[in-house]
Amino acid sequence: MYRYDEFDREFVRQRVAQFRDQVARRLAGELTEDEFKPLRLMNGVYLQLHAYMLRIAVPYGTLNSRQMRKLAHIARTYDRGTGHFTTRQNLQFNWPKLADIPDILGELASVEMHAIQTSGNCIRNVTADHFAGATAEEVADPRPYAEIIRQWSSLHPEFSFLPRKFKVAVTAASRDRAAIRVHDIGLELKRLATGSLGFAVFVGGGQGRTPIIAKCIRDELPEADLLSYLEAVLRIYNLHGRRDNKFKARIKILVHEIGAAAFSAQVEEEWQRIRDSALRLPEHEIGRIRAYFAPPPFEHRPSKASLRPPERNFERWVTRNTHTHKEPGYAIVTISLKPIGGVPGDASAEQMEAIADLAQQYSFDEVRVSHEQNLVLPHVRIEDLRRVHARLQAVGLGEANAGLVTDIIACPGLDYCALANARSIPIAQRISARLAARQDAIGDLKIKISGCINACGHHHVGHIGILGVEKRGEEHYQLLLGGSGAEDAALATIAGPGFGPDGIVDAVAKVVDTYLLLRASANETFLAAYGRLGPAPFKEALYAR
Amino acid sequence: MLDEGSAHRINGSSVGLAPTGGTVGPALPLPGQGARDPAGTIWHAGAFRSDPWAHAGEPLPDRPVIVSRQRWLAERTLLMARKAPLGLRLEAGERVDDLGPDLARFSLIALAFPTFADGRAFSTARLLRDKYAYRGELRAVGNVLSDLIAFMRRVGFDSFEVTHGPTRRALSEGRIPEVTLCYQPSDRDAPHWVRRRRLADTSS
Repeated sequence: MYRYDEFDREFVRQRVAQFRDQVARRLAGELTEDEFKPLRLMNGVYLQLHAYMLRIAVPYGTLNSRQMRKLAHIARTYDRGTGHFTTRQNLQFNWPKLADIPDILGELASVEMHAIQTSGNCIRNVTADHFAGATAEEVADPRPYAEIIRQWSSLHPEFSFLPRKFKVAVTAASRDRAAIRVHDIGLELKRLATGSLGFAVFVGGGQGRTPIIAKCIRDELPEADLLSYLEAVLRIYNLHGRRDNKFKARIKILVHEIGAAAFSAQVEEEWQRIRDSALRLPEHEIGRIRAYFAPPPFEHRPSKASLRPPERNFERWVTRNTHTHKEPGYAIVTISLKPIGGVPGDASAEQMEAIADLAQQYSFDEVRVSHEQNLVLPHVRIEDLRRVHARLQAVGLGEANAGLVTDIIACPGLDYCALANARSIPIAQRISARLAARQDAIGDLKIKISGCINACGHHHVGHIGILGVEKRGEEHYQLLLGGSGAEDAALATIAGPGFGPDGIVDAVAKVVDTYLLLRASANETFLAAYGRLGPAPFKEALYAR
Repeated sequence: MLDEGSAHRINGSSVGLAPTGGTVGPALPLPGQGARDPAGTIWHAGAFRSDPWAHAGEPLPDRPVIVSRQRWLAERTLLMARKAPLGLRLEAGERVDDLGPDLARFSLIALAFPTFADGRAFSTARLLRDKYAYRGELRAVGNVLSDLIAFMRRVGFDSFEVTHGPTRRALSEGRIPEVTLCYQPSDRDAPHWVRRRRLADTSS
């Protein structure tokens, strides 16, 4: 993985020193909260319902064991012993004291981490496929490009005050685990017609109150042109994106209003002008970054280890929580942060330390954060799976539910978030408890819950989506069906009238019952069945008297 | 970063203001570079200065004057013929792409930042410097605050109209928050991959 050199270290050191001074001025009363707000936001510090919240960047979701141990240490020392992994592959602490935050940032800097650009109207932390560098489905590891973009976007002088936040996601696999079509820019690393590596560029996707699937505005972008093309897109957006209405300020609205063809033409013109500028990536620079992501020294030995042992829990876990690795004899392990009835994405300091140990011992020191709020050990020898599973079980992380109905995405919701209209976490917990016994029979089914229209819980692209709203002072939930954030990206549609906190759990159970009753076979997934059947039978089950 | 001191000498200056205070200054007054004046609103070349530029009224004074885009378009021929230096003020979101060759006529272009969050002028500045090769004074006006100034410099601004008290103090005391390293290759900043090598060379 990427390692800081003197340049990166000094950059982060200066940034921490700067923020330490700003916090000191705030605590001394020299800065008002209003003056301090944009400064703290640029460093990932939010003021939430009960306390400050610190959001830490995990670039493209990649961590090493030292970083994970540091996060555990911060959780224990400065928080209440827990961290919360988010749908943007980041980590949030919900209870830090403002006076401690400069020290926390200093601790993070010591392990090459920071909180820069995890909030504000700037280019946010770049996300990527959490199986990058491990999956056999990719043409190459997309993370070197994500790192190149991370560096280019860090404190970009021109693009730090955009009309609205800006999210970039990168994948290199045809199966899209990075949800690139619901990002402001989605990049698909691929082989171009010339045989060289390059990108298909998707622009203008997003969720929030106006969900839109991104349009492909350039099918073949050579890798050397990555930064000049991104700079052209951002410049057009910065100049022409709407600033009159916060809810219409994302790039998706600009692309939608002027049309993808017109937008693409403007970008093309600007890009041609700057294509051969200092932004052109020299081969040696791509090579320098790529070298950091060289594959670990896999032992080439196809495993004879049995994957079908008699022990049922382990077998279920292998079936659900491991994926095919590009290297024979290895597997990709998903660590579920979704224990039945638990808080999606939460990990205790002890759990983080256990995971750090496992990464160090069994996964070439690597951990990934997935946008589905789980963790991944990307490179585990098949013969070590049993030991890894046993250790995970010992810390309460052995649940065999990756991709199942209890593997629910939920935003922090009204339990923490100042923007939320309704709670998300308790709904996730109750659905999980309600459906756990039947989850294997139900099969692949993604439930995603947002506590407000900003859609941090990705409800628009849930196979079943839940949106919390406020109705006459009460928490109320809309039910959406048929969405997907993957390569078959689709927006879920509202099933009908919403439900109260009890009703929504019953409603999800009814949808699931209807699916089980009507599916063609156990192999027909919920999404496939919904595509075939349409909404009618589900509405009938939900609303018929 | 563009050196603030390397300002743009324009021939035929009619500005009668010379630097004061006994400090070392340019031998000839520069348009757009007023006399040093701690109470002046313009931060330029390392000091606060009085503003030698007038904003266009009716009639135009016979001294350096800043006109709006609208006025420029309406009175282009007349303004083009004037001897005194001319400045242009662009509000956030106003185009420059149709001004093309005219831009060379301006000794100063002022770009407005109407709010802290409105960053359009950052891109306009880049276009002026890089696409249109504008070399005159580029002035940030409006919401010019200490935490924006480092970014403004890096996109090509070299003067700042500053009324915000804490920002004025920060400038005077040399306390402008800045991360001095940057990752963005531009016409002004060498790519970081070049600077990393230099850093590695000097530290080894």
